[in-house]
Amino acid sequence: MDRRNNKGWLYLLPAVLFLGFFMVYPLVDVFIYSFEEGYNSASQTFFGVGSYNYSYVLHDPYFLQAVKNTFILVIITVPVSTGLALLISAGLNSIKALKKLFQTVYFLPYVTNTLAVGLVFMILFKKTAYSDGLINLLINWFGGASVDFIDGPYWAKMFVLCFYTIWIVLPFKVLILTSALASVNPQYYDAAKVDGTSKLRTFGKITLPMISPMIFYLIITAFIGAFKAYSDAVALFGTDLNAAEMNTIVGYIYDMLYGNSGGYPSYASAAAIVLLVIVLTITCINSLISKKHIYY
Amino acid sequence: MKVVLQNLSKAFPSRNKRVNADVIAVRDFNFEIPDGKLIGLLGPSGCGKSTALNLICGLLTPTGGRIFFGDDDVTDLPPENRGVGLVFQNYALYPHLTVRQNILFPLQNLKGEDRLSKADMLARAHEVAGLVQIGELMDRRPSELSGGQQQRVAIARALVKMPRILLLDEPLSNLDARLRLQTREEIRRIQRQTQITTVFVTHDQEEAMSISDIIVVMRSGVVEQIGKPQDVYDSPVNLFVAKFLGTPPINVFIGKVDGGTLFIGEDAVLDIKGISDREVYVGIRPEGFVLDSGGPLCCNLSRVEVMGRDVSIVSSHDASANPTIRSIINAESAVDFTSANVRFTVKPDKVFLFSRETEDRIFFEV
Repeated sequence: MDRRNNKGWLYLLPAVLFLGFFMVYPLVDVFIYSFEEGYNSASQTFFGVGSYNYSYVLHDPYFLQAVKNTFILVIITVPVSTGLALLISAGLNSIKALKKLFQTVYFLPYVTNTLAVGLVFMILFKKTAYSDGLINLLINWFGGASVDFIDGPYWAKMFVLCFYTIWIVLPFKVLILTSALASVNPQYYDAAKVDGTSKLRTFGKITLPMISPMIFYLIITAFIGAFKAYSDAVALFGTDLNAAEMNTIVGYIYDMLYGNSGGYPSYASAAAIVLLVIVLTITCINSLISKKHIYY
Repeated sequence: MKVVLQNLSKAFPSRNKRVNADVIAVRDFNFEIPDGKLIGLLGPSGCGKSTALNLICGLLTPTGGRIFFGDDDVTDLPPENRGVGLVFQNYALYPHLTVRQNILFPLQNLKGEDRLSKADMLARAHEVAGLVQIGELMDRRPSELSGGQQQRVAIARALVKMPRILLLDEPLSNLDARLRLQTREEIRRIQRQTQITTVFVTHDQEEAMSISDIIVVMRSGVVEQIGKPQDVYDSPVNLFVAKFLGTPPINVFIGKVDGGTLFIGEDAVLDIKGISDREVYVGIRPEGFVLDSGGPLCCNLSRVEVMGRDVSIVSSHDASANPTIRSIINAESAVDFTSANVRFTVKPDKVFLFSRETEDRIFFEV
């Protein structure tokens, strides 16, 4: 019995080593750093142990701004992108002609180079010496005044960030949901048809519950992804996100480590732990809700 | 409700682009289903019986012909306006709903003046649940039910909206042997109790014969024979129907009629009248053999299987179309197990002759 146990551990060793080294150790380390006040990574010294790092971070207006931005981003993009993906994939599933073409078109953003995407968004939104951007042309055409989406008011910048995030995450969701929809046994639809079920009721009472595990998966990953947003904001507004009021929590952590105001691993660790707690809480709530509403 | 199928046809366009011929699943189906009867659509797989069922319920639209329910022409009506209840082969119960919600589902679809109050819906659901005897399972999910119970729920769901016609697509094929026997009695009982015109599809001839008022034997989209089960068994119109009905299956020999005598190989088995000399297929039901030491049909005895009430004699004959001949005789008849040969006389009413060319039945007199 013992020998067999040893063998088992031997098989697990590569995974255990890998996970331990790259996941568990850093996690524990971050947790320790977050309580070491004034830790200096060059001299490996700190002044004392306590909760000052948390107190500092939670009172830092930049961090609070980042939390606010992140929450707005999450609250807007998660439901909108999931809902939109559901609509698109339901549409895709009900057409026959050109289905493959549309599927490809919707999947394009997923395989498009980030730089190319940035360029497109610049053409759409950026105000230059020569033009105000395509969106502003449209606004002007309908009689509105130009808005500076990149350096302008807060809501305009937030709109662009949300728009960008939704556009980036949509293809993957559409892909997952289209295949989930296609995997529903068509006999259920036949049964519903014989019973005279309206299209809307069929969708709400049969299709949605059947693909609910996939929707739940997408919502969980969308929440986590949106909480971890950073690179999108950098792509749109440059590296000085604090100045642009567009920082996110991950952006704040990065700035604390390496940014202009960098060199504060303790603050960064505390912020990271706060993020972990937020994500963990949301995921737990999600799981609890899903247990009530998802079968299988 | 009487159902009339008039020249009903269904062709599917060919998948293969080089071959332009359509696949004809049902060809020129003419049949009147009397009110309140249980009809078995019977045939080997791929014969178009499920297609015929789907045409009646409206999930498929025919490429030719008309369908009438009573005096209403329903050919162009969508399934929801036909008033049919359909039970699928694998039940298609909604897995996320409880039994009660599954049964209520069709009622909740009703709109306008047809819509019942909540209390009435529940009452109706409980009434049909009682009819199929699943009253105590109402709060379970389909995954928590056995196959037979799921089957009953599916029937209850089909019956709850009081359809004019009940359609069952291979209702017993997912059940084990014991449950199958039990459930087919159950279907019979429910049908008798509700007096609803019922059509059910099966490839199992025993199942169809045992509970149908009328069976319809189909082959590659064409109706071969329609009639009461016993009539079809006793008087098949062609070799296909004769072979398809009956367990053990009918024994087929290659034979000929010569000068008023029927020969199987060299054995002159029967004197018959009314047929000119010709080559024929001879079909003899297993129960059509009589053990007789002086009998004309001489077979090589392979083995004897004792089944209690009956004895099944397995033998072979040079003129047999199958490698073995199976005959069932009364257990009290003495069988000489040691002999190499076994001799039979045949019962004339269990012998059928079929044309070698068309395989159609040739009638004869004794």
